[in-house]
Amino acid sequence: MAATKTTVDITAAMVTEAVPLADWLLVAPVLLTMAGGAISIIFRKKSATQPWIAITTIALVILSNIGLLNHVLTNGVVTMVMGSWLPPFGIAFTADPLGALLALTASVATMCVAVFAMNSIAENERRYGFYPFLLMLLCGVTGSFLTGDIFNLYVWFEVLLISSFGMQILGNEKVQIDGAVKYAVLNLIATTLFLAATGLLYGLVGTLNMADIAGKLKAFDNSGPMLGLATLYFLAFAMKAAAFPVNFWLPASYHTPRLVVAAIFAGLLTKVGVYALLRVMLLLMPEGRDWLASLIGIVAIATMLTGSLGALAQTDIRRLMAYLVIAGIGAMMAGIAVGNEVAVSGAIFYSMHSVLIMTALYLLVAFMFQMSGTFSLREIGGLYIRTPLGAGIGLILLLAVAGLPPFSGFWAKLLLVAGALEAGRGWVAAGILVSGLFTTIAVGRLWIFAFWRGGNEHTVDGIQALPIAGSSDAADISWSIWLPLIVLTALIFVIGILPETMMSITENGAKTLIDPTAYIGSVFGGIR
Amino acid sequence: METLFSVLVGILFAGSIYLLLSRKLVRILLGIAILGNAVNLLIFTAGRLTRDVPPIIPLKSYLPVEATANPLPQALVLTAIVISFSFLAFFLVLGYRAYQELGTDDLLDMRVAEPKEHSEPPLGY
Repeated sequence: MAATKTTVDITAAMVTEAVPLADWLLVAPVLLTMAGGAISIIFRKKSATQPWIAITTIALVILSNIGLLNHVLTNGVVTMVMGSWLPPFGIAFTADPLGALLALTASVATMCVAVFAMNSIAENERRYGFYPFLLMLLCGVTGSFLTGDIFNLYVWFEVLLISSFGMQILGNEKVQIDGAVKYAVLNLIATTLFLAATGLLYGLVGTLNMADIAGKLKAFDNSGPMLGLATLYFLAFAMKAAAFPVNFWLPASYHTPRLVVAAIFAGLLTKVGVYALLRVMLLLMPEGRDWLASLIGIVAIATMLTGSLGALAQTDIRRLMAYLVIAGIGAMMAGIAVGNEVAVSGAIFYSMHSVLIMTALYLLVAFMFQMSGTFSLREIGGLYIRTPLGAGIGLILLLAVAGLPPFSGFWAKLLLVAGALEAGRGWVAAGILVSGLFTTIAVGRLWIFAFWRGGNEHTVDGIQALPIAGSSDAADISWSIWLPLIVLTALIFVIGILPETMMSITENGAKTLIDPTAYIGSVFGGIR
Repeated sequence: METLFSVLVGILFAGSIYLLLSRKLVRILLGIAILGNAVNLLIFTAGRLTRDVPPIIPLKSYLPVEATANPLPQALVLTAIVISFSFLAFFLVLGYRAYQELGTDDLLDMRVAEPKEHSEPPLGY
């Protein structure tokens, strides 16, 4: 050591003191999922052990994310830099309440999917790598939520994208390949546009660190190039989040993969787009958001209406769910369009709610298919008598997605509407309420047809039709299907009954986004 | 020099968007390949094109003597090249499999996931 000791003062460029133990929580989810993914590839031939590797890994990730959220809520925004290089030289991982909350929710949803998949993903599909892909998908999603570097965000996008391609074509059916072509091409174009915007942003400010960008853009006096960049980012992330009119890849592809795969896609992938929009529009370019606010508002309303009307027009319940995903995206974008603290808090609440509810709904569809043997609204029926518990879960989940009290969706929409009215954007509030009405009709019809009605279409009241051949009895449904459904429903119910804790977290997240002082302070030291 | 490169990037973007708007899957894949390279060139140009002085600090000195080339865009481009290359490889296989399974490379005929005949949703109980 003595020979390499120099007289140069490295404290100007590097972190010299050891990283506090709690800060390691910041990189733990990414490290754990990456290691878990690698281990489950090593055990790819042992298809019976693979689920347990994945479940153990995700359980550790959930614990670590709970610790991280707690750390962020007690100590404020946390930053860790890679290779000890001080920002803006090294890649920074920065967790604020928004990122930590979404990372935790994402890991819970992934856990439910991992358990559900034990019974519904066939042996050979496990060998083609369902669990490694699932872990790498979680790795990419968590990395996106926690990174503090915009180019690094692009890299995480690609990590989750390539894993999702692998999951999308699992099963190798005609319809999956058709769906994959549309899904893959449009998502890659969106990500490439994001990369182009990032290249231009680098050319403009000469840095990639988000906190540094936020500070430098604020001091920028020529806003023209920044507004152009904000528009390009908006297009790229709107495409990724499936906002109207660049959302047609979603209903074209989400009904094609295995339903557990669709569940994790619907839960996580579009939300990453919304998260990136929140981050870029509110933290990096608030001026760009103000400039684009009306456009985002129109896009949000169009997305909500096409989503809920599209759901009304479907016969296939899988496609109905795909349109419900889109309707939810519209609500979150409405929060970005309004942009005050209440509405942004609502958007964050809705993102968290949407991760849980969309995962749960696709798992419910998988459960309904197993019970009834059909996806068609015309043929499905008679599930209430055969599974009262399933009907109860279905009712809670469907009312929650429509935003009715006392479930979690209600509070998110309440915050969004309150924020919109406070900011004087009554038409955004009206859009949220009208879309909520259409969604209620669509899901109400689904529940009445699937559970309440005795059999297929035109079954007379009071008559219980025989189940379709090949459908299971409630007694045959494995615990690995009941457990995730019950856990997700319970979470949605509990958050709906006791929303205060969640609201204080989302409010905290909105504050950190709108006033970036704490975020920038955490990255560049000083204010911790 | 940057102006010239910007124009080149613009031409590449225009070409790739033209190809992406095509109905044939092969052309779309070519468009994606060009788009990836256009973006790489864009990042490279955005990092400013300077004379090719490598960013090496001489011995016994703590700062480069003269202005050097910016190494960061090169690192970014390298990452982006690796990613876009692997994606293109996946897409070529996907496109070939799609042609095998669906028997067409015309996107208007790829209607397995979304059948052409539209069935109305049930209007009554």
